[in-house]
Amino acid sequence: MTEEIIISGFGGQGVLSMGKILAYAGIMEDKQVSWMPAYGPEQRGGTANVTVIVSDEPVSSPIVSNYDTAILLNQPSLEKFEWQVKPGGTIIYDGHSIIQPPKRDDISVYRINAMEEAARSGNSKVFNMLVLGGLLKVRPIATVDDVVKGLHKALPERHHKLIPMNEAAIRRGMELIEKI
Amino acid sequence: MDNKNIVLLKGNEAIAKAAVRYGYDGFFGYPITPQSEVLETLAVDKPWETTGMVVLQAESELASINMLYGAGCTGKLAFTSSSSPGIALMQEGLSYMAGNELPGVIVSVGRGGPGLGTIQPGQADYNQAVYGGGNGDYNLIVLAPNSVQEMCDCMGKAKELTFKWRTPVIILSDGVIGQMMEKVELPPFTPRRTDEEIAAQCPWATNGIGLKKRKYNIMSTLEFDPIVMEERNRAMSEKYRKIEAEEVDYELYNVDDTTEYLIVAYGISSRVSMKTINLLREGGVKVGMLRPKTLWPFPNKIISKLSEQVKAILCVEQSEGQMVKDVRLATEGQVPVYHSGRSGGMISSPKDVFEDFQKMARECLSKNWPKGYWMK
Repeated sequence: MTEEIIISGFGGQGVLSMGKILAYAGIMEDKQVSWMPAYGPEQRGGTANVTVIVSDEPVSSPIVSNYDTAILLNQPSLEKFEWQVKPGGTIIYDGHSIIQPPKRDDISVYRINAMEEAARSGNSKVFNMLVLGGLLKVRPIATVDDVVKGLHKALPERHHKLIPMNEAAIRRGMELIEKI
Repeated sequence: MDNKNIVLLKGNEAIAKAAVRYGYDGFFGYPITPQSEVLETLAVDKPWETTGMVVLQAESELASINMLYGAGCTGKLAFTSSSSPGIALMQEGLSYMAGNELPGVIVSVGRGGPGLGTIQPGQADYNQAVYGGGNGDYNLIVLAPNSVQEMCDCMGKAKELTFKWRTPVIILSDGVIGQMMEKVELPPFTPRRTDEEIAAQCPWATNGIGLKKRKYNIMSTLEFDPIVMEERNRAMSEKYRKIEAEEVDYELYNVDDTTEYLIVAYGISSRVSMKTINLLREGGVKVGMLRPKTLWPFPNKIISKLSEQVKAILCVEQSEGQMVKDVRLATEGQVPVYHSGRSGGMISSPKDVFEDFQKMARECLSKNWPKGYWMK
């Protein structure tokens, strides 16, 4: 199994850290992982993206031109990556941030209203964990338990008190995601 | 997965953590994208509180290389890290270090050039590392990691080689390997060498240790007598020929007696090419890869040997073609050598390499690939 994922959105949405947590969850399952960010000026206010590969085999190229799954959290990201998803692949998009949804019919398209949910809950910081929950529901790359284990490993101890809140957001995201 | 030494790290972070664990005595550097995480990680980890390693942000790259020069004179193990334009500033110091036959490790995380260029990844510093911009007859050992794990391992290998041969070692990486995160197993802690150990390992050092028992040492590259200067050059040359005989390192991927096409690539280009090779082999193409792990000394012999067997070689590097000349020389004219790669901060995708391979194979074989093969 090799899953090539692009996560793309605005800088500040938690795109890079979501990718990192996913990579850590992959490590918890003894998989091979790579995490390659766009590290240019775009991460300071513009569009940020990260390519995460989780695989049973050693990862060859950390840079790919087609993806199994694209998580698209703003309109420019959708326009850039919609046609780079492999036929039969998956797009997950945020219902609030995307005005014109994907047009392709040869892939599975899912919507998650994570931005709305995060605003409603009064904690915008869990936005990326809601989306991660949605991803894990439709593409079970790692179990929620392994993601939580990954959080323990990725976060310094002083932040461990935030883990239950993040776990709850992941589980809520799994309920929120809907197929289009 | 309970091994505490297995962590998810950026290539640059792995360099910093490996240095502390391999017992480096010092780091002198100046921030520059895409390698700033080396200094950042050291600042967070504060090794001066644990191993006593010195970490200093120099005022410029000129200062850092000359601090490295000074540390090398005393037999200490120090390193610096920078990216393309920063390494350009260090060339004078590197020539002096090579001339005095000093140890020192330089991590070069390449970006797009020339000039200030871009901060995006590149491999256009092959010539800079392998042929150097410093003056005189000298070579530097150049290691080329292609994963975060190898970034870590190269710090150990560089430590060994720089003292074994008394020559500076460059670890030539690129912005992708520096910035990407992968799983790494960190080495166990090795204590820094004591003064007695340094004195035993480096009797040439100008550190004042044991002066009562020995004559004082002098470090200088200046020599007024050309006959003596030539003698020094010849002795260094002899050392370089030994390094060429003993330290060549490479990796073969999918190469056997039936291989018809060869890709030669290092660093990030070798990772991209691996994916292309996997796809080509699914389609029945007998293609393999030779990955130099040392760029100097260059794996000439194996390339020459494989040239007897393959139809053509594709040299993949993220530049307008620098290593390709060395590959061509190594083939001794036996097979055509093509170049594939992008530059200025752009990185080939596996598809780009595939298309260049296709072009090359077409020219050699007039073989066609089914349309849409890549979207499969």
